[in-house]
Amino acid sequence: MSTYHLDHLQYLETEAIHIMREVAGEFERPALLFSGGKDSICLLRLAEKAFRPSELPMPLLNVDTGHHFPELNIFRDHRAKELGSRLIIRTVEDAIARGISTPAPGEVSRNRLQIPTLLAAIEEFRFDCCIGGARRDEEKARAKERFFSFRDSFGQWDPKNQRPEIWNLYNGRLNPGENMRVFPLSNWTEQDVWEYIRRERLEVPTIYFSHRRLCVRRQGQWLPVNQLVPPKPNEEVRELVVRVRTIGDIISTGMVESPADSVEDIITEIAAARVTERGSRADDKSSEAAMEDRKKAGYF
Amino acid sequence: MPAEPFPITTARYADVDLSVSPSRAANSEPRSANSPRHPPVDLLRFNTCGSVDDGKSTLIGRLLYDSKSLMEDQLEALERSADITGGGQVNLANLTDGLRAEREQGITIDVAYRYFATPRRKFIIADTPGHIQYTRNMVTGASAANLSIVLVDARAGVIEQSRRHTYLTALLRIPHLVVAVNKMDLVGWSEERFNEIRAEFESFLPRLDIKDVKFIPISALLGDNVVDASVNAPWYPGPTLLQHLEAVHIGSDWNLNGFRFPVQWVNRPHNPTEPKLHDFRGFSGQIAGGIVRQGQKVMVLPSGNVTTVKEIHTFDGPVAEAFCPQSVTLLLEHDLDVSRGNMIVAWEDHLPGASTTLRANVCWMHQRPLQVGKKYFLKHTTHTVQVVVTEITHRLNISTFDQEAAPATLGLNDIGEIRLRTASPVIFDGYETNRLTGSFILIEHGTHSTVAAGMLFPPTEVVRPENDEFVI
Repeated sequence: MSTYHLDHLQYLETEAIHIMREVAGEFERPALLFSGGKDSICLLRLAEKAFRPSELPMPLLNVDTGHHFPELNIFRDHRAKELGSRLIIRTVEDAIARGISTPAPGEVSRNRLQIPTLLAAIEEFRFDCCIGGARRDEEKARAKERFFSFRDSFGQWDPKNQRPEIWNLYNGRLNPGENMRVFPLSNWTEQDVWEYIRRERLEVPTIYFSHRRLCVRRQGQWLPVNQLVPPKPNEEVRELVVRVRTIGDIISTGMVESPADSVEDIITEIAAARVTERGSRADDKSSEAAMEDRKKAGYF
Repeated sequence: MPAEPFPITTARYADVDLSVSPSRAANSEPRSANSPRHPPVDLLRFNTCGSVDDGKSTLIGRLLYDSKSLMEDQLEALERSADITGGGQVNLANLTDGLRAEREQGITIDVAYRYFATPRRKFIIADTPGHIQYTRNMVTGASAANLSIVLVDARAGVIEQSRRHTYLTALLRIPHLVVAVNKMDLVGWSEERFNEIRAEFESFLPRLDIKDVKFIPISALLGDNVVDASVNAPWYPGPTLLQHLEAVHIGSDWNLNGFRFPVQWVNRPHNPTEPKLHDFRGFSGQIAGGIVRQGQKVMVLPSGNVTTVKEIHTFDGPVAEAFCPQSVTLLLEHDLDVSRGNMIVAWEDHLPGASTTLRANVCWMHQRPLQVGKKYFLKHTTHTVQVVVTEITHRLNISTFDQEAAPATLGLNDIGEIRLRTASPVIFDGYETNRLTGSFILIEHGTHSTVAAGMLFPPTEVVRPENDEFVI
């Protein structure tokens, strides 16, 4: 290399690797949250870049809501095996059975119920740090998040009392019971994630690409028809050519009509997009502060 | 393609129809999302600062909107919140004020980060609040910035906050400063007023060491000179704010003299299946200064052992050289005791300082004031060490830039010069030479709060290895 210059992806990559290694250097029992989604796929590649040829110095953790897209779970298990990493799965079903999570009467969504499930897993394994793939460009409460996000012993985020982060100096010191959430992709945008997937030739689950699927129109979105989302008699059902742009639970993830069937196509599509990624997530639309409230309760 | 109508108005000063603002006609080409055929070549980080009503959030909203980086659902969300809390009027500031308390109080509490791109560059904006009590957030948002925008209300002119923000920009050694004189529409686009404000800045700028300063007259609310050139200021021949952000030269903002490699993590496979990995022992880190080459002689500090770089390992294969701020893993010729917190540096040239007594400027960030004689943890690069503050030499009045000698304490948002004694030697450079090896944070015992950001004075003595003893 003749000029000492990093392009934007190389800059974001070295920043994220630095953060991964700070986690390995400062914490006793870290875990990496891996769902099989595009952001955590990038996290795993960054972990490989940070730690190979050693084993990744943290297990992978996934909270399975029971409402995951099956394609995603298959991919998750396959990728963990390929990396030779330990994958810990804790399910909301089990948390409900054990009384850790309690659904409200009629509560179908697992969105809230996954929070106590996660906190119980953190306690069970005494994790002092969980690495997650959240990005600040996703949502405006996330835009206020630090790289090292301190959580008290109840897993709560206090946005008014965050530790200042100056230069690249991260304060990882904790008292017993407290823990840290760390977000190496904080500065990445949706576009950066896909450009990185292209540059690194990363494998992603097929539901990100265009495919035919039976969908039902509900609250302005096309939801995938499945056992958990049976169409009601008066609802419009169509077979569409769709893909997912962001993956949440199968009952709340809007399918986007799209012909994009390669990473290249997806990058072009995002470049022209006029709606944000989380525009297809019903869980964020419930109120102006939906994400903030969930984060304060211990959500990622 | 005609200009897209601006479908929203703002709550700050109402009844302005933004869609017919004449100043937005000039350029309507979509600038947002980078086409894959023209990936952005680099990344500029900047922060915006100003006092409460200078229009920071409006400026950011304007930059995002006019650069076509705002999405329809974000506008929808804005409109939804306008129906509920804004009496039907949309406030561009709601885009960045993401927390409920901020929307309720109409203020920005914490640093908010925003992202946008043009075909020429990608940008990270740190929106930092202007209230006095939140100065620590400005330091947080600005510490990694290439450029700082100080917003001034054209009606109010230079106020105490403007001086504080400019001073902090200088202190943090942010290479580029833009003074955006906002609300020019409210002073009738008066060239005279603009020149007055500029002159007032220029009267104190020489006392600060900022090399690149640009003054731009704007109206964030109406969009003049933010993305599109204004027709209201024919007397201003310069670039719009965005044109300046796209063009400012940031190529030399990293330090490439004097190799510095703080060791983050020792890479040693535990149960390697491949026999050749049995002896793998790498030192992983991010280069904090300079360039390293395979075969180069390096010194490990604080031990002083000298060895050579056998290989520069990366996941994508070995490389012949690497530079700041790349992350790599170094394999050394000799089997040395090296651990996290050690620093590997170039042998002989540009040696760093090593000392247990330090002089620094600190910005105090906690309600509990700094106490002389109290012990803290100091985190510098990857090295954490116990320190005691031995003396507060000065407090800086960042409105008048005067020094007050020997104050008893430093309180929240105070900036002062202190002396520290550390439990073991710190390997460092002056902050003016290297922002990464010249900076530190102080952490309080017990609460583990980050209480200060520090910038080190240059070392009075550099490491002086005595060859015979040190070389293996």
